[in-house]
Amino acid sequence: MNLVKKVVTWARIKSPWILHFNTGACNACDIEIIAALTPRYDIERFGIQLKGTPRHADVLVCSGPVTKQIEDRLIRIYEQMAEPKFVVAVGTCSCSGGVFKDCYNIKGGIDTTIPVSAYIPGCPASPKAIIDGVIKLLVSLDESKASPKTIKEIPVGGE
Amino acid sequence: MHDSHKFNIPMGPQHPALKEPEGFSVALKGEKILGVEIRLGYNHRGIEKACEQNTYTQDLYLIERVCGICSHTHATCFVQAIEEIAGIQVPKRALYIRTLIAELERVHSHLLWLGVAGHEIGFDTLLMYSWRDREIVMDILAMLTGNRVNYGMNTIGGVRRDITPEQANDVLKAVSQLEERTKYYIDVATKETTIIKRLSGVGVVSYDDAVRLEAVGPTGRASGLDRDVRRDDPYAAYGELDFKVITDNHCDVFGRTIVRVKELMESYKIIRQTIANMPQGPIVVKVARKIPAGEAISRYEAPRGEDVHYVKANGSEMPERVKIRAPTLANIQVVKHMLKDRYLADMPIVIAAIDPCFSCTDRMVSIEYDSNKKNETISWATLHDYSIRWHRERGTDFTDLNKRFKAGLKV
Repeated sequence: MNLVKKVVTWARIKSPWILHFNTGACNACDIEIIAALTPRYDIERFGIQLKGTPRHADVLVCSGPVTKQIEDRLIRIYEQMAEPKFVVAVGTCSCSGGVFKDCYNIKGGIDTTIPVSAYIPGCPASPKAIIDGVIKLLVSLDESKASPKTIKEIPVGGE
Repeated sequence: MHDSHKFNIPMGPQHPALKEPEGFSVALKGEKILGVEIRLGYNHRGIEKACEQNTYTQDLYLIERVCGICSHTHATCFVQAIEEIAGIQVPKRALYIRTLIAELERVHSHLLWLGVAGHEIGFDTLLMYSWRDREIVMDILAMLTGNRVNYGMNTIGGVRRDITPEQANDVLKAVSQLEERTKYYIDVATKETTIIKRLSGVGVVSYDDAVRLEAVGPTGRASGLDRDVRRDDPYAAYGELDFKVITDNHCDVFGRTIVRVKELMESYKIIRQTIANMPQGPIVVKVARKIPAGEAISRYEAPRGEDVHYVKANGSEMPERVKIRAPTLANIQVVKHMLKDRYLADMPIVIAAIDPCFSCTDRMVSIEYDSNKKNETISWATLHDYSIRWHRERGTDFTDLNKRFKAGLKV
């Protein structure tokens, strides 16, 4: 392993920039993601910063089941992100479709449309669970050195 | 670029200003907005249809997921409609607990809005401050209901969890703490030069326009529209409580901020009263699984405005039809009016000022034409015209109705 690669991995783990995308969620997971960024939970201490555009982001944080209208946009946003990119599914709906499973306008969880790196269940996933999930994703980047796209580690979180 | 040049800017569904997916097509001339087309429906999940395939108790939890911010709102509104159809007498204590949770939810929603509004005007310190204080009320909600969001407190015929005296004590302690902070926010919102200069005269909607466009909740109240379901058509325990309806005559985003921070103080007053006056007794009555045939409309003052649920029961375990009219749907027309001839830079705060909740709003109407039996999706405008035509053909006179409605508003 050469030095450049080591530095790049280090930088990637220390400053992951996230893009938050609501794919049809009920807002509950969205406000919990924002709550994770605000002073009580302060996810910024891990170098995580919320960005406004997919071209700046390393991690796509999705909340909610994939609705039919949002499907094309989700794929487009995923394609606009630079490699390497990771997707975190926050909430039960984005993991599996949740209560909205079998609704006529729902396709299912995020993994029906784009590959997902980490699943964070909960309705809504509490900020503690979100932090736990994101940190587990970051740790996996360092240790496995393999593509983390198949990791399905479910963190224990919430009250 | 030549001044008379017009162009369209598409915004969304993914954009940095708001957290929810919604599309805007903005027609611009220079920096002035000529018109806005709002494209909703990215969040449409088909909840109303799903409700028809589940039992009433299951629906209660599904309805809660209409919106994660005002989940108690939708659940209570729905359960009130069912209780009216079935003629259930809900125990007093349950009504008081519902009121308590409703007001705590209002506190969390208004603090959340204050932070978002601060963020939209580039005042991120306010976002961090108000969201830090919001955690106090989130802790209280988690303690009382077991979850931070989506409380699952309601059940048909009452509530699922009782409140112990120790919990009530903790609520009171938290309320005094929040009251202290809210006084500071009232100070910030009314005296801070940055906020006054940034919000005054932005997103103006006059009293007449608010009536014409049917603004609800704080958006309407900030234009002097003195309407609040809690006072006008009391539900739960509101009829027995003493509180003021806050109105303001600024008619702009500044006015909406003042209404919301002052409403926080009223909410604390209501919370204290519910805890002081909470009667003893059971919290739930037993209800049969099958609800008798009938229909009911239920109204509820959500943090964002009036929420309306319609439920039609056919005597089975499942409802025949559920219709939800969320407050944002009423206010979205006002946004179009507010943005016209304003500057593009004001757009995020003007949209955020109605406290939009698009997951509440996204409904679909599908009309089956008799001629070819083919489903077709139509726009709101067409449907609106269609409904007016339909009623005119059946001899409904709207002129008199409009007059009466307007006269009845100024109470």
